[in-house]
Amino acid sequence: MSETTHDAPVAVSAPAAPDEGLTARELAAKYGLSVSGARPSLIEYVRQLWDRRHFILAFSRAKLTAQYSQAKLGQLWQVATPLLNAAVYFFIFGLLLEADRGMSREVYIPFLVTGVFVFTFTQSSVMAGVRAISGNLGLVRALHFPRASLPISFALQQLQQLLFSMIVLFAIAVGFGHYPDLSWLLIVPVLALQFCFNTGLALVMARAGSKTPDLAQLMPFVMRTWMYASGVMFSIPIFLADKPDWMANVLQWNPAAIYMDLMRFALIDEYDSKFLPDHVWAAAGGWAVLFALGGFVYFWKAEERYGRG
Amino acid sequence: MAEPKQDERIPTVIADDLHIVYRVNGAKTGKGSATAALSRILKRGSDDTARGVRKVHAVRGVSFVAYRGEAIGLIGSNGSGKSTLLRAIAGLLPAEQGKVYTDGQPSLLGVNAALMNDLTGERNVILGGLAMGMSREEIKERYQDIVDFSGINEKGDFITLPMRTYSSGMAARLRFSIAAAKDHDVLMIDEALATGDRKFQKRSEDRIRELRKEAGTVFLVSHNNKSIRDTCDRVLWLERGELRMDGPTDEVLKEYEKFTGK
Repeated sequence: MSETTHDAPVAVSAPAAPDEGLTARELAAKYGLSVSGARPSLIEYVRQLWDRRHFILAFSRAKLTAQYSQAKLGQLWQVATPLLNAAVYFFIFGLLLEADRGMSREVYIPFLVTGVFVFTFTQSSVMAGVRAISGNLGLVRALHFPRASLPISFALQQLQQLLFSMIVLFAIAVGFGHYPDLSWLLIVPVLALQFCFNTGLALVMARAGSKTPDLAQLMPFVMRTWMYASGVMFSIPIFLADKPDWMANVLQWNPAAIYMDLMRFALIDEYDSKFLPDHVWAAAGGWAVLFALGGFVYFWKAEERYGRG
Repeated sequence: MAEPKQDERIPTVIADDLHIVYRVNGAKTGKGSATAALSRILKRGSDDTARGVRKVHAVRGVSFVAYRGEAIGLIGSNGSGKSTLLRAIAGLLPAEQGKVYTDGQPSLLGVNAALMNDLTGERNVILGGLAMGMSREEIKERYQDIVDFSGINEKGDFITLPMRTYSSGMAARLRFSIAAAKDHDVLMIDEALATGDRKFQKRSEDRIRELRKEAGTVFLVSHNNKSIRDTCDRVLWLERGELRMDGPTDEVLKEYEKFTGK
């Protein structure tokens, strides 16, 4: 408890004649008062969240716009940033390190850029998730709304950011001879599943980050390790060809690698199913459902405590 | 002026032995070096205080019952726990011990935290309204009223400019106008009266009076004894997180003024 225990309050409120003698709890029950700030049931929580859907969307779009509002080029940076990002990775891994390992340039460059964009989507959702509560404590302590609105809104902001990146990605794919075909339609379910996964992860990180703000310092290193282990710049089966099978399997089954591979499969003609692990769609769906539901329940369990900081 | 209805007293807010404790990381007095921080973390098994987390006991065992139709002023010196108590009543800060029971959802008057300086005033009106839980239709309906009330457009088309270009007075006026656009069940006002120029202050005081009439119960935190006297019929006096006095405005204010040496 506290460092100093204190005696009872000095003054007592004005007496309420007919209700005299009732304890606070009995008085509350008599007039149908409920505990302020109590955690709602899970179903009620989902309903409240649904009522706030316009806020969640507006908040994510506002954050997205605010990002570049002081720049001279303005919203053009939404597209220019991923383009520059892709150029840097291409320069380092494509030209200097030659990490393509036997893939033709027509395959490797879209392969690399897809990997970078898809992984960045998860990475920035996690980073935004960590700060979703701890960085918005002022908001949490001022207004009432289901707190899950914040991490969900940040994940949504990253999704919109990715949609801008996809414009760049499409241009690069077409530029290297991969024209739109039916398999491009798979992009929609892949993005939907990855968004569910990211949101769940952001919810988990938001709760962890609200209790331990230090995670914001730690996560960049975790995310970088995850990135190098997920085959963003190289193909896992080719790179680990002379290592035991299970190593490649473990790396390929990690959610980030799954979503990257599926996106490459959808976009790049030569990147066919022999590059994908078995049951890849089941894994993509499984990770999404597991994290979305698990993360949501985990976040909801601490709902009444986020204001404490 | 307030007209207390004493015939039937329906409680709307009940605070029962409420304690609020803030935990502050890295505010341990003395050494602030990295090694000192590390050694504190390594002191496993010990309690929070030993690990560099400092506790601030902001509200200590406050109990009271507020009734429908009451306007309650909260007074006390700086740092006495007034704002913390308001946040706890609103359910925004979890209680360390004790409970607050409320009728409906009490709300703090203020949307500052939801607004973004880089967005236009126009978008902030919508964002702020949504953050307070208004529907899109409600906002659309009241949008013009909010802008007119703020008086932002009196000197040109400022509402379509980013809020960071506003003067501090203009921004404060817009913030108040957004916050005051919603009707509240149990309304809590934290020293929000004195914003903007004299003309706007007058207008906002009128609006608060209007909100008060619609709201069931009003809490007002202010250091201005005159505005407390004007609007409140009951006053809670907090000092060092404890409820020092609770009673009719005149009585409590008289004691308070004696205490502060006025």
